[in-house]
Amino acid sequence: MITVGLFIPCYVDQFYPGAAIATLKLLKKLGVNVVYPAGQTCCGQPMANSGYEHLTGGCNHLFIDNFSGFDYIVSPSGSCVLHLKEHLHAQGQEDKAAHIRNRIYELTEFLTDVLKVKKLNARFPHKVGVHQSCHGQRGLMLSQMSELVAQPFSKPMQLLNMVEDLEVISLNRKDECCGFGGTFCVAEEAVSAKMGKDRVNDHLMNGAEYITGADMSCLMHMEGILRRQNSNVKVIHIAEILNAEPERIPVTTD
Amino acid sequence: MNSRAQILSRIKQNQPGYRPLPDDIQQYAPAGQQEAQAVNKAAIEQFKTVLIAIGGAVADVYSYEEISAFIATHFKDHKRIISTFSQLSGSIERDWQENDPHSFENLDLAIIEAHFGVGENAALWITESLMQQRVVPFICQQLAVVVRARRIYPTMHEAYKEIGATDYGFGAFIAGPSKTADIEQSLVLGAHGPKNMTVFLLHD
Amino acid sequence: MNTKNKDHAALSDDFNRDEARVNWHDETLWFVRAKRDKAAHQIPEWEQLRSAASQIKDNVLSNLHDYLQEFEKNAAKNGITVHWASDSKEHNQIVHQILSRHKIDRIVKSKSMLTEECHLNEYLQQQGIDVVDTDLGERIVQLAEEPPSHIVLPCIHKKKEEIGELFHEHLGTPEGMADPVFLTAAARVHLREKFVTRKAAITGVNFAVVETGEFVVCTNEGNADMGAHLADVHIACMGIEKLVPLRRHLAIFLRLLARSATGQPITTYSSHFRRPRPGQAMHIVLVDNGRTTQLGREDFRNSLKCIRCGACMNTCPVYRRSGGHSYHTAIAGPIGSILAPNLDMDKYSDLPFASTLCGSCSNVCPVKINIHEQLYKWRQVIVREGHSDGKKTAAMKAMSLTLSNPALYKLAGKAGRLVMRYAPFAVSNGLNPWYKHREMPKAPTQSFSEWYKLNKENE
Repeated sequence: MITVGLFIPCYVDQFYPGAAIATLKLLKKLGVNVVYPAGQTCCGQPMANSGYEHLTGGCNHLFIDNFSGFDYIVSPSGSCVLHLKEHLHAQGQEDKAAHIRNRIYELTEFLTDVLKVKKLNARFPHKVGVHQSCHGQRGLMLSQMSELVAQPFSKPMQLLNMVEDLEVISLNRKDECCGFGGTFCVAEEAVSAKMGKDRVNDHLMNGAEYITGADMSCLMHMEGILRRQNSNVKVIHIAEILNAEPERIPVTTD
Repeated sequence: MNSRAQILSRIKQNQPGYRPLPDDIQQYAPAGQQEAQAVNKAAIEQFKTVLIAIGGAVADVYSYEEISAFIATHFKDHKRIISTFSQLSGSIERDWQENDPHSFENLDLAIIEAHFGVGENAALWITESLMQQRVVPFICQQLAVVVRARRIYPTMHEAYKEIGATDYGFGAFIAGPSKTADIEQSLVLGAHGPKNMTVFLLHD
Repeated sequence: MNTKNKDHAALSDDFNRDEARVNWHDETLWFVRAKRDKAAHQIPEWEQLRSAASQIKDNVLSNLHDYLQEFEKNAAKNGITVHWASDSKEHNQIVHQILSRHKIDRIVKSKSMLTEECHLNEYLQQQGIDVVDTDLGERIVQLAEEPPSHIVLPCIHKKKEEIGELFHEHLGTPEGMADPVFLTAAARVHLREKFVTRKAAITGVNFAVVETGEFVVCTNEGNADMGAHLADVHIACMGIEKLVPLRRHLAIFLRLLARSATGQPITTYSSHFRRPRPGQAMHIVLVDNGRTTQLGREDFRNSLKCIRCGACMNTCPVYRRSGGHSYHTAIAGPIGSILAPNLDMDKYSDLPFASTLCGSCSNVCPVKINIHEQLYKWRQVIVREGHSDGKKTAAMKAMSLTLSNPALYKLAGKAGRLVMRYAPFAVSNGLNPWYKHREMPKAPTQSFSEWYKLNKENE
């Protein structure tokens, strides 16, 4: 049996436990032994993307202490996974850091590439818009990017196609950034909010009931805008859809 | 130390270790004459499609008489016409080659030749020797270019293979009429140069 | 526009006051990006072309010392006079000296981002020389006394009605006339007079070929050619990084340039200048202006591969919604944000942060510059060299401390909204910028870790 260390990013832990619970349940359902190390906090990206990568040493050591020795480390956040893959280094523990960098997966790519999931017991009878979070898409290459001349593929779509009665809507701009961008969301408030509004509008115009994605941070940003507009449209992490069993009503985050 | 020496010395100090050039991209190397003809035919078709898309016009012709006739019908209102072709008949100005470039300011139509054309972008390669005066294809209100149909190549790679190490003081790829979209991305033909461009594809 | 002392965020805030205009700006540039996609997708070997172009530029940067001298030798053999300028000031002086020698005080200039970077127009005007920009977009911003907002589409921020007003004032077109065809025709007449009367023409350089000593200038309007072929003196200004080793390499770059820039298969004119016309004087000014410094920055030297297509601007979701002037530098957008800090790290310390690091810029770049990775790296350099706000540093230190310590983290989590408490460092007035256009996430009754502690036995 594969043992996976579950990494739940700080803001998901604090604000979106539903996404984390769904990730945990989904992995267990697929026969994985999941361990959630209690001492975990954050990947360090908020500091690093603000130019303070040199302050992430403590975070890195803590991460290594919590996640060494697992077969894989899985997280429901493409952005955090990308950051760790690219920047997890620690003096005196470089072999352990390298092990983690090579063994850490975003949830959907873990399902398609490692577990090679072909079938899911899930039903979600709604119109869903898929938000391609940039770090997952362009960084981890979870799906093909509209800029490149290459064959299309999409790991999240591969999984969503296994969900009964789910209708994926098409968007006018299929992989434009939502404008969250970590601290960008407050440091460049005007552009960030405008990008978020535009992204949300694309989903609304095309009839989405839910906006889903593999990164809760983008969804948090878009949720903030949807709720300000008093919209009925909800955001939902992809794990919650993939874990939505036919006989049960899905757990939503609010 | 002068600026030249300073710049070069800073470069020497800062440039990275040598990185090799990539292999050339060679696309079309037709095996026989038949294949070459097929490549040429496809390139001609593409040339026409692209030229029309970028605002140019194309006419298939088989002789200089046909070109003369075309000009007589389609450009009959044009007062000042010059050409580098002695084969063309009609009211075409002669002996203009030594004139001051500014004297072409009122030029209505110039009819010149291109060495060859490129299918993928409808560009025509024209050097100084075919322009006679560099400013001619740019200053005229309308431009007409004659090119041999068998000299339409698929891409820019074949184009530069054709150009090789030939010598010229000035040469240009010209693709369609002069244009701009600087005002709200609205495409307008005839920015500073020709408002129209006609290409005569001369078939053997 | 007053851009003094305002950073990208503040200037973007100004730009976003008129949302309808932001939408228009965004849609206009997205349209260009869509045209680029369509053009690229028609070339099956597109990615191979990008790789080849990138490798050729790697080769150029790794052998620049020898290539420049070889280019100089070949250009001189062709009868072109080559000058070297260490910085913008020297560049401007060289151009002025050439003009003085020929006793010319009125000139035409086609588009050259290098001369924008060097502020040549202002300099020459101070010396009493009248410069007319002949690219339509450049002429429009020149009449408006503004810098270009985009390197390929200089007046993309202007509406046709505003251009109509400018032309009414300066060219005498009828009041209220805003039809692009009419306005372009008016500009054609206005600029023809300049072309036929000015004795010197300045152009930029898109590519300079080491092997032959020739240089290539690409335009759609034909303005570079109109200027150069009618002038007695042609001055071509180029950055030292503009070289390509072999003539046949132009095939790769010309296939990429216009498709990346506007989605055209090629610019209308790709003019190869090898020798001056009989009786004409031709000069090339090779300019460093910080490029040799950038060459020595291992993480950032790749930025010197740029061929100025503007694709990264058109695709950038931030640029489209903040406008070119928000970058307060000659070259806006993602590429400008990695070039500018090399010239003045303090003045442009905001620019690497004007991005979500979405990575779209790197994907459209025809020479595969890792733009978004360099933005990330510039952030580190800017902070390390002390160009960041003290309040931000204090917040980051506190955040780092909390996130390195599970007990503190749990405490902070209980107190609620950890991320939100540390993130809004950008304001000091107590208002949370998140909240201006967005609701806060609802705090759940328990965090995941609290839930896990209670439920892990059952799960």
